[in-house]
Amino acid sequence: MIKTDILIIGAGPTGLFAVFEAGLLKLKCHLIDALAEPGGQCSEIYPKKPIYDIPAYPEILAGDLTKKLLEQSKQFKPGFTLGERAETIEKQADGTFLVTTNKGTQHNAPVVAIAGGLGSFEPRKPAIKNLSDYEDHGVAYMIKDPEVYRNKRVVIAGGGDSALDWTIFLSQVASSVTLIHRRTEFRGALDSVEKVQALKDKGVIDLITPAEVTGLYGGNKLDSITYSVSNGDEKRINTDFFIPLFGLSPKLGPIANWGLEIEKNAIKVNNALDYQTNIPGIFAIGDVNTYPGKLKLILCGFHEATLMCQSAYKIINPGKRLVLKYTTVTGIDGFDGTRKEAPKSVVKSID
Amino acid sequence: MSLDISIKITDRSGVMHTINAPTDMALNLMEVVRLYELAPDGTIGICGGMAMCASCQCYVQSSHQLSEKTADEEAMLSEAFNVQPNSRLGCQIQINNQMDGLEVELAPEE
Repeated sequence: MIKTDILIIGAGPTGLFAVFEAGLLKLKCHLIDALAEPGGQCSEIYPKKPIYDIPAYPEILAGDLTKKLLEQSKQFKPGFTLGERAETIEKQADGTFLVTTNKGTQHNAPVVAIAGGLGSFEPRKPAIKNLSDYEDHGVAYMIKDPEVYRNKRVVIAGGGDSALDWTIFLSQVASSVTLIHRRTEFRGALDSVEKVQALKDKGVIDLITPAEVTGLYGGNKLDSITYSVSNGDEKRINTDFFIPLFGLSPKLGPIANWGLEIEKNAIKVNNALDYQTNIPGIFAIGDVNTYPGKLKLILCGFHEATLMCQSAYKIINPGKRLVLKYTTVTGIDGFDGTRKEAPKSVVKSID
Repeated sequence: MSLDISIKITDRSGVMHTINAPTDMALNLMEVVRLYELAPDGTIGICGGMAMCASCQCYVQSSHQLSEKTADEEAMLSEAFNVQPNSRLGCQIQINNQMDGLEVELAPEE
């Protein structure tokens, strides 16, 4: 069981900055994120794109913003549970919360701050009627353990980088690989497109374009698929696995079932005070929340994180008073024993 | 002289809205849909307008000559679902006064 002061769900810019603000108040943070790396959208969707409205940065790449935020909060030693999605929340008898991920990792904290952005990134699923029936029985949306596919027949659908890369990789593992794409053009790194072309020319893989997978067949396990080609004809091929790779899209996900008030696919919060939700002790900050006049901007998330920490302090230290301190005046004492402070000015008299 | 153009947008429930879109606010079609709240927040323009999701996909029904698709838009449309030959990403279509009378239909939510 992981114990912390503030459990932050979502390791995007707002969640990462909350670690810093909490640290100034001597509160420890732990972050859960469904992605394998911190940074949220900034790292996953547009790391190489510039942002122009971070105060004091005329221009910063989204990926660099993540790096700077991690560096800014590192002396407060945040914990991370990455690659896992927060699934359930239970209020404990002592008033704290127990948050369990999809992989069963348990986290316990008196305060939960949801900084979930657009939600967790889930694979985009094509509209094939009985797709969900074969999930984990031949249908997979991501490749966790390539060994599963050794000497098996695999059909991959998609036209982007991940479809190309896995086609190349699995061509060395699987007994057969068929790549099906709706268009004849592929959009990916030039190198990957050329490799797939070469594999096709050598007859190592089957490339079927333009075509679309239309049906899945089998008993308990998938055994064949049908696809339609441009003239409308349907064809069938036998396969052990079907892997549709159409990228990721964000979904609010299990958080939507936590009993929080939801409006416009976002969590309603009290913006007059501290961005607390309808459940005391659970806050929502950054793009995941909504209130009158809400703007989904990183800089607004930073402000919301700062005010949230003030209220979190009062929940965790009931009855204690808190006075605002300026980092320039008091410096920063890290949880790792480091201290940052303004250099003392030299005092010396002139004779 | 008015700076607005008239656009017909059919929402996801099939209702057609005739709206005035300003041409002097550097808006794209996705933003116009949001301006008039023709699709709920969180179901359109999810990526913010970077051609990185297909939540603003629409079908162009009139014969207006629109800007060419960029490589980013082509790439997204080649991955998206419910794509038709007349599919475009609304976020990549900048509103200008050549577009008076444009008719589009929003693609279904994925």
